[in-house]
Amino acid sequence: MRFLTGLTWLLGCQLVGTVIVHLTGVPVPAPVIGMLLLLVVLRVRHPSAGGDGEGSVHVAADALLGHLQLFFVPAGVGVVAYLGLLRADALPVVAGLVGSWLAGLAAVGLLAQALAGRRSAPGEVPGGLPGEPPGGGSGA
Amino acid sequence: MTWLLDQPLTWLVATLLAYRAGCWLRDRTGRHPLAQPVLVAVAVLAAAILATGADLDVFTDGTAAVSFLLGPATVALAVPLHRQLHRLRGYVLPLLGSLVVGALVSITTAYGLVVLLGGSEELGRTMAPKATTAAVSIPLSESLGGIASLTAALTILAGILGAVAGPTVLTWLRVRDPRARGLAVGAASHGIGTARVLGEDEVAGAFSGLSMGLTALLTSLLLPLLAQLL
Repeated sequence: MRFLTGLTWLLGCQLVGTVIVHLTGVPVPAPVIGMLLLLVVLRVRHPSAGGDGEGSVHVAADALLGHLQLFFVPAGVGVVAYLGLLRADALPVVAGLVGSWLAGLAAVGLLAQALAGRRSAPGEVPGGLPGEPPGGGSGA
Repeated sequence: MTWLLDQPLTWLVATLLAYRAGCWLRDRTGRHPLAQPVLVAVAVLAAAILATGADLDVFTDGTAAVSFLLGPATVALAVPLHRQLHRLRGYVLPLLGSLVVGALVSITTAYGLVVLLGGSEELGRTMAPKATTAAVSIPLSESLGGIASLTAALTILAGILGAVAGPTVLTWLRVRDPRARGLAVGAASHGIGTARVLGEDEVAGAFSGLSMGLTALLTSLLLPLLAQLL
């Protein structure tokens, strides 16, 4: 029952996200809007309450996220239909995909780490910087 | 036998079994990067479809329920984000700065490399939005004059690339902060990359999910502007 309650919360947020996208035309997928909505819901209700609301959302979310890869399998199999098209332009497609992926990954990873300063010890999770004021624009 | 291949249920069961096999292989190989359940399952199922000559439409029909769950699962990314939100404190500048630059780099290198290597402009436009989640990359490609279905395939491949190689490449680059690692994987490999890192580190997973969402938004805003310049 807790799973079902949680799933209803997730689907409800997705539905509200769909309505928002439909009404505003904001160029973001409805589930992403739903994610931000659920985050607001979780923030507003006390996080440690663990009552019916949050508890069930956590149960459903953990169950789904534990198998997130599964949900991409059908789309991945759909790639098969385009193997022929991909083969025709093999060099620009493969080199463009890998090269651009690498550039994007490296740019974000290196820049985010550099902007945050090097205070994080290797392998250690950096703290939440509890002393800093919330929303402080300075990352250094 | 052909009758069985025409049953959507056959492919739903096959998908679940192939995914289970992928999980088994991942655990058996001590979480080898190549043994991603999504990659294993896609390879097994694609081989089965090609070998049997089964109708891809029947497969899509049978697995619609699995694809549908991607929606609520994306919403569910709010939960790890909620648990890790305190780590955002003092991190707004690195977060936004790196994601804006990352979106620009992803778009320009995708288009530039394709055209530079002899691909058509149309192929460049098809590649340009590949770093964002498929729900965004497909309509972006359409509005840009790319080939939307090919963009969908490239998007999936960029995701699988991130699931297989993302964490390893970041370790080579000495990116050790789990927040930065998550942002990078989410920005380059959207939900499929997020699925990989979430299974290994909740901090990286939470930031990857956030990064995926913000990259979708930033790319939607930046790509039309860049397209006028290109």
